[in-house]
Amino acid sequence: MTTRFLRDTATLTGRSLTHILRSPDTIITTAIMPIAFLLLFVYVFGGAIDTGSGVGQGSYVTYLLPGILLITIASGISYTAYRLFLDLQGGIFERFQSMPIARSSVLWAHVVTSVVSILVSLVLVVGVALLMGFRSGAGVLEWLAVLGIVVLFTLALTWLAVIPGLTAKSVDGASAFSYPLIFLPFISSAFVPTSSMPGPVRVFAEYQPVTSIVNTIRALFAGAPVGPDIGVAMAWTVGVLVAAYAIAMVVYRRRIS
Amino acid sequence: MSAAIQVRGLEKSFKDLHVLRGVDFEVERGSIFALLGSNGAGKTTAIRILSTLLRADAGSAVVDGHDVAIHPDQVRAAISLTGQFAAVDDKLTGRENLVLVARLRHQPEAGRIADELLERFALTEAASRRVVTYSGGMRRRLDIAMSLIGAPSVIFLDEPTTGLDPEARNEVWATIEKLAEHGTTVLLTTQYLDEAEQLADRVAILHHGRTIVNGTLAELRALLPAATKEYVEKQPTLEEVFFALTGEKHEKEGQET
Repeated sequence: MTTRFLRDTATLTGRSLTHILRSPDTIITTAIMPIAFLLLFVYVFGGAIDTGSGVGQGSYVTYLLPGILLITIASGISYTAYRLFLDLQGGIFERFQSMPIARSSVLWAHVVTSVVSILVSLVLVVGVALLMGFRSGAGVLEWLAVLGIVVLFTLALTWLAVIPGLTAKSVDGASAFSYPLIFLPFISSAFVPTSSMPGPVRVFAEYQPVTSIVNTIRALFAGAPVGPDIGVAMAWTVGVLVAAYAIAMVVYRRRIS
Repeated sequence: MSAAIQVRGLEKSFKDLHVLRGVDFEVERGSIFALLGSNGAGKTTAIRILSTLLRADAGSAVVDGHDVAIHPDQVRAAISLTGQFAAVDDKLTGRENLVLVARLRHQPEAGRIADELLERFALTEAASRRVVTYSGGMRRRLDIAMSLIGAPSVIFLDEPTTGLDPEARNEVWATIEKLAEHGTTVLLTTQYLDEAEQLADRVAILHHGRTIVNGTLAELRALLPAATKEYVEKQPTLEEVFFALTGEKHEKEGQET
């Protein structure tokens, strides 16, 4: 059963990765908006932004990058929902469902493809940041920790994206849900320190998941101690992952039965 | 030996719409059975239940000795579905489509199987082209070729010739006849009496969700009003005009593209 699941998922992942290789525009468009934000905030607004004296001081691009990475992930998952939606519309989905394959492998193939393509977009964004002067004192372990957090966050948002991908009535509906997620980092510590915000906004910013994840990645990049933020970041990410996975599976089972 | 397909008292409703109100029929092994009916008669719903994509509200359906509701996995291993709309992957090439299905059916030598089927369905020249460039007839041939992988004992064809030109339709008919010669059981749905007449050993007429007639062609003819003689000038059909003008009944499709 497990080997069948792994084999079928690998086969179907190969299929959707081939799709992406044949039209790599989704990987590039996923990276374009975050790169535009990076340029805009570093070269236009950055000079006027005072990031205080906390972790990640010095260059604004280094301060900004963790939040930009999360924006990249949030914009990447709209394609996940879009691809899943399109697949369900075509007859090929019914062919798969009438074949003796592991039932959930169709979904997992989309999820793995989403994670791989978003990681490629992230590499593009980090590359541009390096050209813009991003420097990190992080060692191999810290980079691995950043990778782990990023992959976990991508998985969580991808499973979240599976839900509209399965339930949407139109293509627009399938991809529109990610817009609020793209703007969540703006009300967090991603662009400016939360201490500069007025009361209620500051409370929201400090307690929403993006701030703890951004602070954790920022500390890892700086080679500084991560503190309690990593616990909060993990709790949020794993919580969203488990909840989204559970809901997506219920929706999927209902859809295919 | 028991029948390949046994359907008894099948019922299915979508909210207030009673699509199937009592469908009964049996299909002998190695025979071609046609489910004839107009649009909305419930043909596709019946096929979807038999191929485990949909659950019936009442009644039973046994395919290759397995109840579709109790052992859907065993049913899926024994069947192949060619849906109403060609279930092929547009972004992959013809060969990649075949290899994909061969891998999902866990066949050894997926590449060799693909090449054999390309040859058999006259698609070798188009093998490395993306399916999006195929004509309607070529897509249908590929679709049917994909359904043959893994030698399923029962094949469902939902309106296999709808939307095809006469030439492509004749090719599909020839393919279906060959399947039954090799011992495969074929259940097909159609709106056209002449298609049922051409292919099927037995015919059931589905009307408003009920099988109102079930028998061999000779039995069906006996139910029709007695033949009368009328003298009319016979106009050529569009099909006859078409073949007279093109004069290339057996030329392979797609070579001109």
